[in-house]
Amino acid sequence: MSTASEHTEKHRGAFSSRKVFILAAIGSAVGLGNIWRFPYVAYENGGGAFILPYLVALLTAGLPFLLLDYGLGHRYRGSAPLSFRRAHRAGEGLGWWQVGICFVIAVYYAAVIAWAARYTLFSLDKAWGSDPEGFLFGSYLQAGDPGIGLDFVTGVTVPLVLVWVAVLVIMALGVQKGIGATSVVFIPVLLLAFAALVVVALTLDGATAGLDALFTPDWDALTETSVWIAAFGQIFFSLSIGFGIMITYASYVGRRSDMTGSGLVVGFANSGFELLAGIGVFAALGFMAASAGTTVDQVASDGLGLAFIAFPTIINEAPAGALIGVLFFGSLVLAGVTSLISVIEVVISGVRDKFEMTRVGASMAVGVPAALISIVLLGTTTGIYVLDIVDHFINRFGILLVAVVSMLALSWVFRKTAVLRGHLNRDGSIQIGTWWQWLIGLVTPAALTFILVKELMANIETPYEGYPGWMLGTLGWGVAAAVIVLGFLATLMPWRDETFLDDPEEAHEAREAREGRY
Amino acid sequence: MSGTAIMMMLLAMAVLWGGLGFAIWNITRYKGEEPEVFQRDL
Repeated sequence: MSTASEHTEKHRGAFSSRKVFILAAIGSAVGLGNIWRFPYVAYENGGGAFILPYLVALLTAGLPFLLLDYGLGHRYRGSAPLSFRRAHRAGEGLGWWQVGICFVIAVYYAAVIAWAARYTLFSLDKAWGSDPEGFLFGSYLQAGDPGIGLDFVTGVTVPLVLVWVAVLVIMALGVQKGIGATSVVFIPVLLLAFAALVVVALTLDGATAGLDALFTPDWDALTETSVWIAAFGQIFFSLSIGFGIMITYASYVGRRSDMTGSGLVVGFANSGFELLAGIGVFAALGFMAASAGTTVDQVASDGLGLAFIAFPTIINEAPAGALIGVLFFGSLVLAGVTSLISVIEVVISGVRDKFEMTRVGASMAVGVPAALISIVLLGTTTGIYVLDIVDHFINRFGILLVAVVSMLALSWVFRKTAVLRGHLNRDGSIQIGTWWQWLIGLVTPAALTFILVKELMANIETPYEGYPGWMLGTLGWGVAAAVIVLGFLATLMPWRDETFLDDPEEAHEAREAREGRY
Repeated sequence: MSGTAIMMMLLAMAVLWGGLGFAIWNITRYKGEEPEVFQRDL
């Protein structure tokens, strides 16, 4: 390796072992969506029959795309902008686009973790009383009319500040001592906490009715395109792929690590956790339906409604309700924090590589502005509307769009998929064939483009949730467009002289060849 | 629970948790190379 590339690599930090990397990658993939999105998506799209399109999506799109991110980060050993820049001179903008998306996501994701942390405490005395919905929007969030206001809500702002302080400390500690150590502790605790929640939920009256609703197969659903789209969408959004996280984490792994085997573990661990979440959530919903004397389809929900309205209702009625509350909301906090640190690390890593900054310096340069924006926009009475709109648009016209563009660029413009396949196969326990290149270059982009076009048409035809046009224009379309423009403008800033911009693997092989010859 | 629901639940468990078990077995038998000293994070 040349002196320049060696300098860059020593400076960046790394995970101490493959095990730590795998736990960190699982921590990133297993997030709030695994707990509150998958169960409802499976229930709505064929129940037990959903496992078939879900598995097809995992094997033909999720894992191949995960390996693309791994290959890119591991081969070019940099943040998203640096890895794309090393892959191709024209690629850097894609990396900065991903960095911009991660910054936006970090800003609002922290707020949901803050709510979950607060609800963990609320569970102890069931502070929401007999009306969890009224409590959420009234007493807790104090939600006013849609807009952007500066009326701060103490109960939201204080935990939000604490979340950001904790995240900044973790990020400042570095790749191994911060991200790695957090993941090594949090992921086993998360698994144990959620497993305990599932055990408790399965003992509740009506649990089997909930499982029956979730797993009874509707085979006719397999003939519907929307079910297959839902499966590809769930896998895509669940695996933390396509927006720089796995590129960044893979760049911190030892040079001769088995990346294909690691990818298989991360992919199945993520899906395995989703299944566990489905069992726990629907067992609890079955109890909720039984308590209310109704059917599961009347109480099934997802997202914020499931977490902050349905679960408090369940906690009110269930024996050991406080325990269920602490386990459920505690799991959301653990899953949320390990995902948030992976999202913000994409930004910190990009800034570090570009400006050759120290770990602490870059963590503060990125984290403090992100925290301030997060507190100002999300800690107020209008925070929930900001969150709802930004989340909706950045997922579709940020993550989904950059994923399609980067896959097509790497396959057909930069023509790097053959190089990446060779790199993954060099030390991989599972060998991937040319079929992988076709999945990455054709099948996965086609499936994601289908989803993207459908979403685009739906959002043009009907304004999202009836929000005012100016809010959708600025926080929705505007933010999604701004990260693209700013991402490509960032490429105009020059790299530092000491930053190595060629392929580090070629440099390493050239050095090995020279040493072997002499 | 109906018989088909139980069967589909067991199938999902076998595929996803079994797949995870296989993946873990696969990487434990194939060690690869760990970094001798992990890089400092300056």
